[in-house]
Order: sequence, then C-alpha cells, then structure tokens
Amino acid sequence: MKSLHKFLQRVKPHFQPGGKLSALGSVYEGFESFLFTPATTSARRGAVHVHDSHDSKRAMIIVVLALLPCFLFGMYNTGYQHWKAAGAVEFPFWELMGYGFLAVLLRVVLTYVVGLGIEFIAAQIKKEEIQEGFLVTGLLIPMICPIETPLWMLAVATAFAVIFAKEVFGGTGYNIFNVALVARAFLFFAYPAAMSGDKVFVASGTVCGLGAGADAVTCATPLGAVATGVPVSDLSAWDAFVGLIPGSFGETSVICILIGAAVLLLSGIGSWRIMLSAVVGTLVMGWIAHTFATDLYPGSMLSPVDHLLYGGLAFAIVFMATDPVTACHTPTGKLIYGFLIGVVAVLIRVYNNGYPEGAMLAVLLLNAFASLIDFCVVRGNIARRRARLTSKS
Amino acid sequence: MAEKIKNKTVFFNPFSKNNPVIVQILGICSALSVTAKLEPAIVMGLSVIAVLAFSNVIISLIRNTIPTSIRIIVQLVVVAGLVIIVSELLKAYAYDVSLQLSVFIGLIITNCILMGRLEAFAMANRPWPSFLDGVGNGVGYTIILVIVAFFRELLGCGTLLGFQVVPNCFYQAGYVNNGLMILPPMALIVVACIIWVHRSYNKDLQEN
Repeated sequence: MKSLHKFLQRVKPHFQPGGKLSALGSVYEGFESFLFTPATTSARRGAVHVHDSHDSKRAMIIVVLALLPCFLFGMYNTGYQHWKAAGAVEFPFWELMGYGFLAVLLRVVLTYVVGLGIEFIAAQIKKEEIQEGFLVTGLLIPMICPIETPLWMLAVATAFAVIFAKEVFGGTGYNIFNVALVARAFLFFAYPAAMSGDKVFVASGTVCGLGAGADAVTCATPLGAVATGVPVSDLSAWDAFVGLIPGSFGETSVICILIGAAVLLLSGIGSWRIMLSAVVGTLVMGWIAHTFATDLYPGSMLSPVDHLLYGGLAFAIVFMATDPVTACHTPTGKLIYGFLIGVVAVLIRVYNNGYPEGAMLAVLLLNAFASLIDFCVVRGNIARRRARLTSKS
Repeated sequence: MAEKIKNKTVFFNPFSKNNPVIVQILGICSALSVTAKLEPAIVMGLSVIAVLAFSNVIISLIRNTIPTSIRIIVQLVVVAGLVIIVSELLKAYAYDVSLQLSVFIGLIITNCILMGRLEAFAMANRPWPSFLDGVGNGVGYTIILVIVAFFRELLGCGTLLGFQVVPNCFYQAGYVNNGLMILPPMALIVVACIIWVHRSYNKDLQEN
C-alpha cells in the first residue's frame, strides 16, 4: 500500500496541468481517489462545521455491499439451476459456486470495462473528474440480465445505456432514467429472443471444464410459466422466497434482497418511504387483480404476495426504485412514486400477457414522472401554506 | 452576379447550414415514421422534393394576387392538389411502396417544412429562386431521411433496399438484428446523433 501510494505521488507531476500526461489527468485523479481517500478535506475554520466522509464513493460502496448477498446467491443459483437441468441428484456446493462464478465473471468484467471505458473517455473530453456512479451500475447490469445473454449484446447495451442514458444528460447524478434499467430495456426491445422466453434463464454448456453438461436447457421462469398457462398452484412459494428458481442472475432470492434492503435502510442510503409504498402498491394492485381474476389473464391468478416473491419486482423495489438520482426527492413524492411503481408493475404483469415481467417498465415509467410528481408536491405545499397565511390575516 | 451567388446559397444552404430537419427541426414526424426501410424513405424524399418545388413555384407566381387574410387556405389548396397528384402517381407506378408509405404521402400536406418554405420564402421571392429553394430544402430533408433509414435498415434488418448486406456467417456466429432499430424511438435517437455530429462540425450552430 505504501509503495503504491509513493508511486502515485511520484508520477503525479506528469498528470498536473503542464505535465507530459496532463491529458490523462482525470484518469489519474479517478484512480487516486478510488484507491486512497483524498488527503484534502474542507478547512476546519470557516463556515463548514459538519465534517463527514460520506461522499458518493462511500454511498456506492455501501450499495455494492448491499448487492453482495444477492450476487453470491446468484452464483449459487446459476450452478444449482444448471445441475438441476442436467438431472443431477446431488449438488456439490463449491462446484455450484465455482460454476456460477465463472459464468458471471466475464459478464461483470465486460460491463465494467465497457462502461468505465466510456466514462473515462467522456471525462477526458469534458475535462472533468471521473465519477463513481458506474460502480453500482456495472454490477447491476449483469445481475438483472438472464445468464445466457450473449456477451456482445451485454456490451452493446452497456455502451448504449452509458452514452444515451447518462453521458448525454451530463454524467453521474444528472440522468433521468436508471442506467442499468435502460441497458436492460435496450436488450429487451432490441433482442427480445435473448431476453425472454424459456431458453435463456438457465446456463448451459461448461465453463473452464466445470459444469454438469446440460445443453440448451428449456426452463421458464415462474412468471413466464404462469403467462403461458401453467397453474399457479404448481409453483413453490418457498423456493421463490429462498431463490432457487430460474430467473435473471441476481434477482431470484427474496431473502438476499431483504438483507440488501436492511443494509440500505440502516445506512440511510435507500429510502424506506419508497420501499414501503412500493410494497403497499404491489399488494393493493395485486389484491384488486386477484379479486377479479379471470382465465383470460393468467397473471391475475397470482396472489398479492406472489407478486413480490416471483420475478424481479422485489429486486427492482429495493435497488432500482430507491436510486436517489432518478427517484422523487420530496417525502410525499416518494410515497406516491413508490406506490405507483407497485401498481404499474402489477398492471403490466397481469394485463399484458406479452410481458410477464413489468417491474423494469414500471420503474422506467415512474422515472419519467418523478420530477413531475415532485413539482406537484411542491406546488401543493406552497398552495397549502399560502391558504393558511391568508386565512389567518 | 449578385443574383447568381444568392441563388447558389438559396439552393445549397438547406443541405447543411440551414437543414430543415436537423437545424430547423421541422418534419420530424415523417422522418420517424417512414425511415424503417431505405426504399420508402427515398420515395418519400422524392415526393417531398416534387411537392415542395412545384408548390413553391406556384405560390411564388401568384404571390402578388393572394389576399393576405386567406393566404394559408390558398397555400393548402395548392399543396393538397400536388400531394394528390403525387399520391395517384405512386399508386399507379409504385403500388407496393405507396402501400408502405400509406398515409404519410397524404400527410405531406401537414409537413411543417412545406408551410414554412411557402410562408418564409415563396411569398416574398420570384419563381426561379423559389424553385431552387424548394428543391434545396427537399434535398436537405431527403439526405437526413436516407441517412436515418440507412442505419435503421442496416442494423434493424441486416438489409439495404431489400438486399441482404450482413453476411450469413455473422448470423451463424451469433449476431442478431437489433429489433429496437425498427421501432420509432430509435429513429429519434439516430436523428439526435446526426444533429450531434453536425453541430460538433458547425460550431456556430451550437446554442449556449
């Protein structure tokens, strides 16, 4: 560590304005603040009294930590689904983990290389510091995509999302839509065959010699199965709660999502208002749909709680809806925003048989409305206070 | 001599510096709807060139006799007549394409570029410059349509003008056509990219 720090200090002059490599100044800056806490803080004297190292770097690291249980379980589940599809009767833990790790490793590396590469280039062009925002996005993108998504599609989607959902709006903190979900939406509409159906959610083939040898497995997600007419009673709610069901890499286990939610809530990064109201919205709309269940819409056979257990809605509520950049900012707005995410997600799931999963579209739709909701809440507040003032005088 | 230079700028300005689509942001609707394939985009472009050029000439010829209060109606009647002629010609000689273009040929009447040019140029200029202005703006519109359609058809269908361009070995290696390119939102993003490139070459067009 010491020697690395010394090395960074030694090469620093080259990257300062006027140095040989001054064009790469933001790359150096990014690496230095990523590896070491910046040595400079705001001065003790003067107007700043509250000193806290809670910067965006730390916020991102905590979100990554919160994602870790889901990620580890995703590795296990990838291996488990693969072994299960191959007809195995026993599931060797470390081989399952190893298989899942190797299957996802390349995807994570790829999204980071593509996304960070674009961020670095954009920072050089704009002569700005590199922002930490992609740390979370780069991990989220492989987690919300099926494990069998071809790598080049993942790269194209990541590049599209980073350029058109983030950099053109001004970089980290200025994006209107959740970047990871834009990447998924791009894949969903551009390559529908690779993102839905029953052939993409279970890893096939062997990775580095590991694997049980299942080839091109046909195995639908629970929601996909329901949409094609499988009765709800065939599903196991306990498996869905634990997460041993086919699905996108990181979103299957409700237990791990709850652990992540606890981390986010305890650290104060995720908003409890959004999470709570989204759950309430899901339950309310799920209850309405379940009360008026018809054979025409097989999704309406799911009970309200089932909506939270199956598919990516729970993951979206905890990790996507609470994204502080794209969500509402006013407390009342957060309640409305979360509630509508739950309602719209269930609406799409139940009443559009073509889209068995509505969480992604619901969050993106409400991202677009977030600032409008905030605007209305602020206006309402102003009107209420003015009325109070005029009624007193 | 001065007249000649002016005609030249009238004709060439709409190609880039004063392009109706990417600088004035007119006619976006049709640019989104007919550009999923190259062929309808070209036909649409040619139709707009024809209608724009002749309506400009006709309005320019009668510009001194049109009462100001009803000029929009007069312009619309002229444009509508020309659009019907173009539409009937397409139905007669290029029936398949006219089916693909469906209502959009008819909707040339509502294309903002036409009303814009008639109001801004033909009402105040002689027939020959008006003709050049019409053709120039039509070509400017067509250029953008063709660029957008080129990328959308190439990436969305792997074809150009209906011919297979992306080789089969690509598909066997796992390449898949981008379905999003066929959908209208992607046309908007392609137009935005063209504007992006165009502005970065023409710094004087950049807004603060």
